[in-house]
Amino acid sequence: MIRVLLTNLARGLLAIVLTVTFVFVILRVAGDPLTMILPLEASQEQVAATRAEWGLDQPLYVQYASYVTKLLTGDFGRSNADGRPALSVVLEKTPATMVLMATGMTLALVLGIGTGMLAAFYRGSVIDRAIMGGAVLVHAMPGFLLCIFAVLLFAVQLGWLPSGGGSTPLHLIMPALVIGLSAAGVIARFVRSSALEVLGQNYIRVASIKPLPRWYLFAFHVMPNASLPLLTLVGFLLGGMIGGAAIVESVFAWPGIGRFLVTAVAKRDLATVQTIVILVSVTMVTANLVADLLYTVVDPRLRNRREA
Amino acid sequence: MTLATAAPPWRRPGWLARQGWPAIAAMAVIALYIVVALTAPWLAPYDFAAIDLVARNAPPVGFGGTWAHPMGTDDLGRDVLSRTMISVRTSLAVALVASLVSLIIGVGLGLLSARRRGFADGAIRVAVDVNAALPFMILALSVLAFFGNNMVLFVCLLGLYGWERYTRLVRAVAMAEYQKGYVAALRRIGASERRIAFGHVLRNVLPVIIVNWTVSLPEVILLESSLSFLGLGIQPPNASLGNMVGLGRDSVVTAWWIATMPGITILILTFAVSVLGDWLRDYTDPSLSQG
Repeated sequence: MIRVLLTNLARGLLAIVLTVTFVFVILRVAGDPLTMILPLEASQEQVAATRAEWGLDQPLYVQYASYVTKLLTGDFGRSNADGRPALSVVLEKTPATMVLMATGMTLALVLGIGTGMLAAFYRGSVIDRAIMGGAVLVHAMPGFLLCIFAVLLFAVQLGWLPSGGGSTPLHLIMPALVIGLSAAGVIARFVRSSALEVLGQNYIRVASIKPLPRWYLFAFHVMPNASLPLLTLVGFLLGGMIGGAAIVESVFAWPGIGRFLVTAVAKRDLATVQTIVILVSVTMVTANLVADLLYTVVDPRLRNRREA
Repeated sequence: MTLATAAPPWRRPGWLARQGWPAIAAMAVIALYIVVALTAPWLAPYDFAAIDLVARNAPPVGFGGTWAHPMGTDDLGRDVLSRTMISVRTSLAVALVASLVSLIIGVGLGLLSARRRGFADGAIRVAVDVNAALPFMILALSVLAFFGNNMVLFVCLLGLYGWERYTRLVRAVAMAEYQKGYVAALRRIGASERRIAFGHVLRNVLPVIIVNWTVSLPEVILLESSLSFLGLGIQPPNASLGNMVGLGRDSVVTAWWIATMPGITILILTFAVSVLGDWLRDYTDPSLSQG
């Protein structure tokens, strides 16, 4: 099992290195960032001076080497926008996004597992078909459209919630709802099919002999076993949420990383974009590793199989 | 060359009626979108870019508007229906080309790795790892920002989405096909490797490819429209469903239809393709087949 974990760790690290390299090359090759930093009327000397200051006159591999060295010492460069260190600017925006992710993920899990189990419980009935239809619908729904529907309903029609901003907990509700709902569809489908699989197992047949109500069997025997494999989806779900955050945060003006990335991209803020991309990939790799580890801890069958 | 000589199942009488209404409805909806996409420039009642400041922000029919502009007009007086129709054309074309790019890359690598392990296997593993480390949306955002609004690049970028899924599927199925007797027989009669791969194995892998294509097409449509919505994809004056919603977002409180009409248009399209994909997956899954 330790060997498996080490292999996963190595693959994760390799993925991070590849991401860093890929993004670095793409960003540097793409265009001259000086045209964005300097005003149009800048003189030749100014251009040369800035180029040297940013290290842009060096060959690519020298830039890359110095970049990686700096990364390892925690220096992610300076944001073009206001000249502050990119890392601290980005880290300032992190808590807001983490709050949004955590709320969204909780919502998605509660909603997804709940409806997925309900669909399995009433398998083949109208309820089942309605839930599964809804799950496909949410999956096909563009995130930004959900945002606009939410604004129209809760902010414009009902006037219950503010349409944008991030100052009070009330502002959290709509973005978390949108992010959670998109993931809930995937979870519901997954949990339903996994529950149907669990239902065919012998231990469920044994449990169903006991004089217990059917809902009890579902809630305490089927649900835990059907939900555990969700851990393998964590990376996928998190990725979708982070991608979705770019849109959701932009629409609701939530002061997190996603919205910051979109503005940084529009301003061609090299250092900031790189910092966010690297931060995201480190988060994703860590999440995948933790999920893997957790899975082997929670499910002893898997642990034994891997040791054997 | 496939061995089946009987008429394909969809030629048998009553085949369509037995597929259930969701699949039939989805097919009808998709057919409608294709017709609109093909004929939009002639079918649209107005020029999609024609500005009519007198008719600004006219509501759609049923909400105080007239049949002159069934879906209303935007803040420049442009007809929302005409713009939506042209956008369907743009969005479908972009998604179609992009998903075909990803299909060709993925299927090619899959066939390659079924024949020769090693290189392609390594490429797949690396791609899967990088995918697990970086959401495509974030990758696309950072690449697009630095290349600017170049349509060709945008389509190529979208074409990178999801190729590794084809590779994995095709690799698995093609490896099984290569074990079958007909491949040995073909070799025996002197068929070239290329002919075996593209003329025979590929044909038997085709159902898997088509099913996966219907799964990834709506995702590509959503990706395109999301990026265009953020102002980083298709740029005005070109209209795409995503950038229409993006432009209409500012006036969503005063003129909700500008953003909502193209938005619902995307939703219906991706929903229909998803339903069709689900049906197709069940239909081609031999473990579920019955008479």
